[in-house]
Amino acid sequence: MNRRDFLKISGASLGAGALISVAPAMRAHAGVRDWFRRKNGEEPAPFTLVQLSDAHVGFSGPPNPTGTKAFEHAIDMINGLDPQPELVLFTGDLTHESDTPGENARRMRTFQSIAGRLRAKKVMHVPGEHDAALDGGALYRQFFGEAHYSFDHRGVHFVALDNVSRGKPVVGAEQLDWLKRDLARYSTATPVIVFTHRPLFDLRPDWEWFTRDGADVLTALAPYENVTVLYGHIHRHDVHHTDRATHYASRSLIFAFPDPTSTAEKKPLAFDPAEPFRNLGLQRVSNRRPLQVDDVELTLTEFGGTDGAQQISKTGAFL
Amino acid sequence: MMQFLLTIVLAVAAAQPRVVEIAAKKFAFTPDSITLERGETVTIRVTSQDRDHGFLQKELGVDLDVEPDRVNEVTITPQSAGHFVAICDDFCGSGHGNMKMTITVVD
Repeated sequence: MNRRDFLKISGASLGAGALISVAPAMRAHAGVRDWFRRKNGEEPAPFTLVQLSDAHVGFSGPPNPTGTKAFEHAIDMINGLDPQPELVLFTGDLTHESDTPGENARRMRTFQSIAGRLRAKKVMHVPGEHDAALDGGALYRQFFGEAHYSFDHRGVHFVALDNVSRGKPVVGAEQLDWLKRDLARYSTATPVIVFTHRPLFDLRPDWEWFTRDGADVLTALAPYENVTVLYGHIHRHDVHHTDRATHYASRSLIFAFPDPTSTAEKKPLAFDPAEPFRNLGLQRVSNRRPLQVDDVELTLTEFGGTDGAQQISKTGAFL
Repeated sequence: MMQFLLTIVLAVAAAQPRVVEIAAKKFAFTPDSITLERGETVTIRVTSQDRDHGFLQKELGVDLDVEPDRVNEVTITPQSAGHFVAICDDFCGSGHGNMKMTITVVD
C-alpha cells in the first residue's frame, strides 16, 4: 500500500466557512488501521467538518447593520448539508464585547441559542480576544468550558489553542508545555488539526495578525507529518504554508477585512445592502453550478520515515 | 573645582538620549505620530492614563508593557528610514484594533 494514500483531508469553502472532509483510503491495510486505533484510540473513517469564525454576536455598526443574519444563514446552510458534518469548529470571536454590565453574558447566550440550532452533534469552540481578553477568559469558560483542550475524532488529533485570553497575542509557556505533553502521546504520523483564533505566524504584525510565540507552537508541531491549522481573526480567506504545516483562515460572519497586501489601512470593507453577505463567503449556493475543484498539496512531507505518512490535500471549492 | 563639577554635569546631560513622551489611553496614542532621525538614540517613554496597554513596533525593536503608575520606556537607535506603525497589542476594548501611531524615521 502506498502509505501516502492512507488519509486524505479535503476542504471546500462553503462560504459559511470551510467544509473539510477527511477520508482515509478505503484500501488501507487492516493492520495499518489497527495501528492507528492503537495509537490514538480511534480508527480512521471518512467524515466532514465545518469551520465557522468571527460571528461577533452583538456587533452593531456600519460594516454590518444586519447583526446575526449572516451567522444564522450559515447555520441554515450547514443544516442543509447531506451528509451532515460530524464536527463544527468555531475559531473565536463568537461575541463582540460590551461595556454594559451583563451584556457580555447575554451575547454569549444569544450565540449559544443560534449555534444550538445546528444539527451537527459535536460543536467545539476556541475564544477570540473579543470573547476572552478583557477578563482572562473567565466568562467564556463559564459558557463554553476550557479554552484549550484536545480530542480525537476518527483518527485525527484535534488541538484547541487559546492565543487570546492573556490580552496579548500569546499562547504562553504553560499552555505550550501542555501542548508538548499532549502531542508526545501520539505518533508523528498522526494527522493533527489545530484550531485557534489568531494566526500562528507573522501574517501582518502591524495589524495584530500574529501570535507572539506562534513559532514555538509550530516548533512543537514540527515533528508531525500532517499538520493543518484552522484560524479566524483576519475576517478573510487565506492559505499559508510554513515548513511543516498549512494554515487556513476562515471568513468572518460579520464583516470582511481587505487584502493586507493591497492596503496599509485595516478598515472593514464597506457593507453592500444589495449583497449583505458579500465577502462573508455567504454566496448563494446553486446546485446547478459544479464544484470548482482545485487540489493543493497541504504537506510535502511524504515518506517521512515514520510508521505511516499520509497525504493531506486541500480541495478548494467555492460555491 | 566648581568648573570641573559643572563640566561633569554637562557631559552627563549631553550623554542622555532625547526622551519622547507618549500617552496611551483607550483607544489612542498621543501624539499619534513622532519623527526620529536615523542613527539618533532616543528614549521612548509611554505612560498609560487608564489601564494596561501594549506598545509594539517589531522592526524598531520596540515592545513595551504599558502599565499605569509605572515608567514604561525603551531606548532605541533606528537604523532605517521609513514609516513604522506602532500598535497597542494588549486588547483594551472595542476600539483596540485602531489604537496605533506612526513613527517616522528620517535621514
